[in-house]
Amino acid sequence: MSTPLADVLQISALVVALVLVHRPLGDYMAAVYSSRKHLRVERLIYRCVGADPDAEMRWPAYLRSVLAFSAVGVLFLYLLLRVQDLLPLSLGFAAIPADQAFNTAVSFVSNTNWQSYSGESAMGHLAQVGGLAVQNFVSAAVGMAVAVALVRGFARFRTGELGNFWTDLVRGTIRILLPIAALAAVVLVALGAIQNFSGGHDVTTVTGATQHITGGPVASQEAIKNLGTNGGGFYNANSAHPFENPDGISNLLEIFLLLVIPFSMPRTFGRMVGSVRQGYAIVAAMGVIWLAGVIAVTLMEHHAPGTASQAAGGGMEGKEQRFGIGGSSLFAVSTTMTSTGSINAFHDSFQGLSGGVLIFGMVLGEIAPGGVGSGLYGMLIMAVITVFIAGLMVGRTPEYLGKKIGTREIKLAACAILVSPALTLIGTALAMGLGDGEESMTNIGPHGFSEVLYAYASAANNNGSAFAGLAANTDFFNTTLGICMLLGRFLPMVFVLVLAGSLAEQRRVPVTAGTLGTHRPLFSGLLVATAVVVAGLTFFPALSLGPLAEGLSS
Amino acid sequence: MNLRTPMRTVWAAFRALLVLTVVTGVVYPLAVTGVAQSAFGHRADGSLVQADGRDVGSSLIGQTWNDANGDPDPRWFQPRPSHSGYDPTATGSSQLGASDPTLLATVEETRAAVAAFNGVPESAVPADAVTGSSSAIDPHVSPAYAEIQVARVAAANGLSPEQVERLVADHTEDRDLGFLGEERVNVLELNLALREVVG
Repeated sequence: MSTPLADVLQISALVVALVLVHRPLGDYMAAVYSSRKHLRVERLIYRCVGADPDAEMRWPAYLRSVLAFSAVGVLFLYLLLRVQDLLPLSLGFAAIPADQAFNTAVSFVSNTNWQSYSGESAMGHLAQVGGLAVQNFVSAAVGMAVAVALVRGFARFRTGELGNFWTDLVRGTIRILLPIAALAAVVLVALGAIQNFSGGHDVTTVTGATQHITGGPVASQEAIKNLGTNGGGFYNANSAHPFENPDGISNLLEIFLLLVIPFSMPRTFGRMVGSVRQGYAIVAAMGVIWLAGVIAVTLMEHHAPGTASQAAGGGMEGKEQRFGIGGSSLFAVSTTMTSTGSINAFHDSFQGLSGGVLIFGMVLGEIAPGGVGSGLYGMLIMAVITVFIAGLMVGRTPEYLGKKIGTREIKLAACAILVSPALTLIGTALAMGLGDGEESMTNIGPHGFSEVLYAYASAANNNGSAFAGLAANTDFFNTTLGICMLLGRFLPMVFVLVLAGSLAEQRRVPVTAGTLGTHRPLFSGLLVATAVVVAGLTFFPALSLGPLAEGLSS
Repeated sequence: MNLRTPMRTVWAAFRALLVLTVVTGVVYPLAVTGVAQSAFGHRADGSLVQADGRDVGSSLIGQTWNDANGDPDPRWFQPRPSHSGYDPTATGSSQLGASDPTLLATVEETRAAVAAFNGVPESAVPADAVTGSSSAIDPHVSPAYAEIQVARVAAANGLSPEQVERLVADHTEDRDLGFLGEERVNVLELNLALREVVG
């Protein structure tokens, strides 16, 4: 089969699978978050937590629970990493140094999974399963909980109540993430991913060389790492490692896992606000941006205009033979646009302009389709901004889903979308200004600048992938990127929950002839344009210095 | 707001983290391991490959095929370049950009070396033969890279090119399900088959 045809079939198969699954999964998630019944195991968990699962929370209580849970998570993970050498299953690895432990703890709790360590030479099995993988589950469940709280803000009237955080957290984990991850993990093992608790062993090859074949609970982590849009690989090579991603089928499965919840949540949203068409307008905007990115990167990687790629006869540097260019490009766009950050090919070695597309996918704010939960609330914030801009154009008070978008709401939405651009640009400027950026670059010229810009874009938008040539395990990068991840995750959550509370208190605005039809294709188009223009205007200068300069000079 | 509410929340958060750690950090990985080990034990342990009654590697992990001096051995099919020498405890790639001058120089140097080693013109050397993979332990090469090695491998082992050609054909895997990923040749499996033939 010819390569272009195979690429088209691969993308089509993925889209068909997502279309088939979004409906049952989206409806199921809506039912999970709306149900009044508790499973027996959940009742047991609520008893352990000491929380009443039926008590409604207003935004301050909901926010307090989110922040407390995340703060405890950071602290627990930090301590676990600091003392891993004293614990069993450490494989003889030392304790993680303070700055790196801080960075890693924040990274996993904020659903970023930026990794300044190399898994196979730093993390023992206990730290991986008992610390990192746990946050893969719960940080994803926290994101979904906040998204659902915002949806309830739209769906409910004249109440300030947003649901119960503990219930949302536990249900997201137990009823949504766990079953899908368990199933996917077993399928991955069937395809060749490893799943054991061995420390690995040495083999003597036919030529007499010694090779250390590693062991570990890889598949269980791989499944939730992608499903929860986390991205922290068991190994340094992440999903390029054959033990994490053994063949073309596992590759497509992992891409599917990255996308399935983010692309299904708009259906959940539509169900919960009582109009699935509202959800489709959102998912259409997400899908258009994602598909445009996939096409752009796939074409660019096949064309491979970089001088080294031209000399090599193709852009295969940093790519695996079993995935090829199509499978690597599809993964790269899906992982950067879902805030996942797992990789099956090293983005640093992609063509200059492809790197630009990947960075742009992140600085859009991770909304196409974005991380689990965070993608939906990010896109809904963008929808609020869009409604506001459309309202200004025709001179009407903007409204969305029967809620007035007044001064308070638009201020909160604006604050939420300003957080990550501010962190990205200030962080990059600091690193370049203080010289730390230049010291850590692997590449020279504009590509070196792209490495630094990519790092801060990745951290502030909670993606976690890297132009990994940047030697980021320094005090400066561990600390500043850690702060970016922390603020980039939790500041928007604060604004989102306050906004949700404010929306939930409103009474319904009656629909009139002048109401903008937010369920129509026109609105999807406006939404895409707003997202692209906001990110474009903010990041054009920075992108010009890095990927554009590199791409246009080759 | 009195101070007891935040403290109560933190206490609840702590207990929630502990109980969810038990569920997702203990029960989940152990359950998956149990199922994986009983249903797919060979794969769950790393798809190890045996020769002469002992483990000689994993079919998923590439290896070096060097002689005693550490140079590529002409008797074996050679894998893609790897900066770590196929060390599974140091995975990752060069991280050099597509227009990087260092990478350009490496590519040109490697192309000349591969062409000379196999006795083929430089234009016949495919991209995967001169570029490092993402993991640095890529177990595969492209059929094109296997193809240009046939004559050299046959000569070094005293086999006919047709015999070696047939081995390569037998070990060329199509795209998965016909359209996923790329065509590829597993170097370890091919070399083990070659070893059988040579005896």
